[in-house]
Amino acid sequence: MNWLTNWVRPKIKALVGEADVPDNLWHKCPSCGQMIFHRDLDAHINVCQHCGHHLRIPLAKRFEHLFDDGVYTKIELPRVKIDPLKFRDKKRYTDRLKEAQAKTDTGDAIVVAHGKIKGKPVVIAAFNFQFMGGSMGMAVGEGMLAASRLAVMQKAPLIAIPSSGGARMQEGILSLMQMPRTTIAVEEVKEAGLPYIVLMTDPTTGGVSASFAMLGDIHIAEPGAQIGFAGRRVIEQTVRETLPEGFQTAEYLLEHGMIDLVVPRSEQRETLANLIGLLMDGVKAIAPPPAQKAKDAAADLDIPTPEKPSTDGDKDAKADTKPAAKSDENSGEKSGAKSGAAPTE
Amino acid sequence: MRNYLDFEQPIAELEGKIEELRHLSDDGEVNIADEVSRLQTKADKLLRQTYTKLSPWQKVQVARHPNRPHFCDYVEALIDDYMPLAGDRAFADDKAIQGGLGRFRGRPVVVMGHEKGADTTSRVKHNFGMARPEGYRKAIRLMELAERFKLPVLTFVDTSGAYPGVGAEERGQAEAIARSIETCLKLNTPIVSTVIGEGGSGGAIAIAAADSVLMLEHAVYSVISPEGCAAILWGTADQASAVAEALKITAQDLTQLGCVDAIIPEPVGGAHRDIDATMKAAGDAIEAALSKLTGLDAAALIKARRAKYVAIGREGLNG
Ligand SMILES: [Zn+2]
Repeated sequence: MNWLTNWVRPKIKALVGEADVPDNLWHKCPSCGQMIFHRDLDAHINVCQHCGHHLRIPLAKRFEHLFDDGVYTKIELPRVKIDPLKFRDKKRYTDRLKEAQAKTDTGDAIVVAHGKIKGKPVVIAAFNFQFMGGSMGMAVGEGMLAASRLAVMQKAPLIAIPSSGGARMQEGILSLMQMPRTTIAVEEVKEAGLPYIVLMTDPTTGGVSASFAMLGDIHIAEPGAQIGFAGRRVIEQTVRETLPEGFQTAEYLLEHGMIDLVVPRSEQRETLANLIGLLMDGVKAIAPPPAQKAKDAAADLDIPTPEKPSTDGDKDAKADTKPAAKSDENSGEKSGAKSGAAPTE
Repeated sequence: MRNYLDFEQPIAELEGKIEELRHLSDDGEVNIADEVSRLQTKADKLLRQTYTKLSPWQKVQVARHPNRPHFCDYVEALIDDYMPLAGDRAFADDKAIQGGLGRFRGRPVVVMGHEKGADTTSRVKHNFGMARPEGYRKAIRLMELAERFKLPVLTFVDTSGAYPGVGAEERGQAEAIARSIETCLKLNTPIVSTVIGEGGSGGAIAIAAADSVLMLEHAVYSVISPEGCAAILWGTADQASAVAEALKITAQDLTQLGCVDAIIPEPVGGAHRDIDATMKAAGDAIEAALSKLTGLDAAALIKARRAKYVAIGREGLNG
C-alpha cells in the first residue's frame, strides 16, 4: 500500500514536525479521511473503525482471518507460458511481471488455499489486487481450474474472492479466453453438487465480473465494493451524463438483484460457515464419486495432490497443514500466523 | 458509391480514373477500352498487393468497413425459412443481437448474431451492434430452445463490445454475459461461431464459446479495442496501430494461438467487394465445421468443447 505511505506521511510530518515517523504507522481512511493507527487497522481487519469503510486487505491477512486459527495450506499452481504474445507497451510485460512478483511475493494475481472455516473444509481462490490490479490472464485461469478440481477432489465448497479490474491486456486474446476457462472451472464444482460461493471484493469488474464471479450459487459482497462490467469512465463518456449515486457499489447491486448479501468483513466467517452448512447438509447424502476419478482429474492438471480431507472438526487437521506462511509485506509489520483480529471469534 | 479506407487511396484514384474513362466513351479518338483495361489491371494488382499484406490496424479498418456484410446479409444468403424471434422474456427485445430459427443448407438450426446496421437509421436501431443484458439473455433463450429441439446453433460475431451504459449495468450486464458463456459451454448440441467483423471482448465471447470458431480472413478479435488499450497503457489512442500489432488480433495470429479453428478466405479487397463469394466461402466453412460435429452425443460434445478451452494456452507445457 505504497500510495498510503507516500500520500499520508507528508501530512503526518506536517502535524508532528520532522520527527521520525515510521512507515505505515498511521493510515488515512480513503472514505472519511480520519487517521487510523496501524494496530487498530489490524485489529479491525482493515476496516476503518470511524466509518466502517473496508480498505483493501492483504491476502495473507484475509486468509488468516477467514480460516480457522489462521491455518491454511496454499497449493502450488500449474506453470503457464510467460508472456505468450511477447508484449511490450512502455515496459516489457516480462518486466511488469517480475516487478509484481517482487512486490507481492505471489507468482501471479491468484492464490489458492484450502483449510477450514468453523470446522468445514473449504477451498478458496482469492485474488491479489496488488499483482497488476488482480488482472486475469493464463495464470488466473489455471488457478481457478486448479481450485475447482481441488474442491471436487476434497468434496469441499469452492469460495472465489475476486479483486480484479478485469482482463490482463498484455496477454491479449488469451486473457479473454479465461472467461470460458474459469466458467468451466466453476461448472465442474456445480456439477459435483458442491456449493460455489463468490465473495466479491473491491473491485470486481470487467471480464472477471462477466465470467466466474457472476456465476455463484450465492453472491456475497463486501460493503462499498465496486462491482460491474464497464468502467465508470467509459460509461460516462458513452452516456454523457453523471452516474447515479452509489453506482456500481455492492449496495447498489444488492438493490438491483445481482447479489444476495452485503456482509461486513467481521461477519464473513460466520456467514460463509452458515451458508456452507445449510447447503452441504443436503449434499452429504449423495454418494461420493470414486476416488480414482478425482485422482485422474488432479493428474490432468498436474497439481500436487493434497492430503485427504479430514473429518469435520478434526483438530488434528493442523498437523499436516502448515501455518500461514508469511505476513503480507503490506500489513506493515511481521505478525505471526494468528493475528487475533477476528472479533467474531 | 464505394467507400474507400485511408490506405486504399491509391486504389481509389485508379478506380476513379477508370470510372471517368468509362463515362468518356464514344469519342472514337483514343482507344478507351485499352486504357481502361490497362488501368484495371494496375488497380487489381495494387488491390491484391495491398490486401495480401494488410497490417493488423488496416484489418481493424476493413473489419469495421461500412459496406462489410453484416449478420442480416449472412441470414439472407445462408438461411432459408428464417423465422426471427424476439425478446428476452424479462425486459425487452435487444436489437443489437438478432436471432431465430431457420434452415442452413437444408438443416434446421438456431441462428443468432450481432447486427451493427448498415445506415444511420438501422445503426441506431441496432445500437451499433452493442448489446445490453437483454441481448445476451435473448441469446441464452435461443440456445435453450436449440437444446430442446436438438438444433445446432450458428452464431455470427460482429460487435465492438457490450454496451457500456447505466441501464445495462443496472440490469446485470456482467451476469448476462457470464450466463451466456456458461450456456454456450453447457449446450448439448453443436455450436459453430463465426467472427465476421469485429470480435469485441466480453460482448463477443458471450456467444462465441463454441465447438468450432471460424473467422473471416480480415476480421479481428480482441480482448480490448486497440484504441482502448492504447489509451490505458500509453495514455493516448495515437498508438492504436502499434497496439493492434502487439495485441495479436488477426485471424492468422489467433489460429496460431489456438483460439480460432479455421480461417474463411475473403475476396481480394475484402468481404464487401464480393458479397456472394464471401457468403459461399462462409457457408462452406460452416458446413464443414458442422459436419465434423454431427453424430457426436451430447456428453462427448460438451466434454470436447470444454477440453478445447481448457487446453488453450497450454501447448508446449509439461506435455
Ligand atoms: Zn473511515
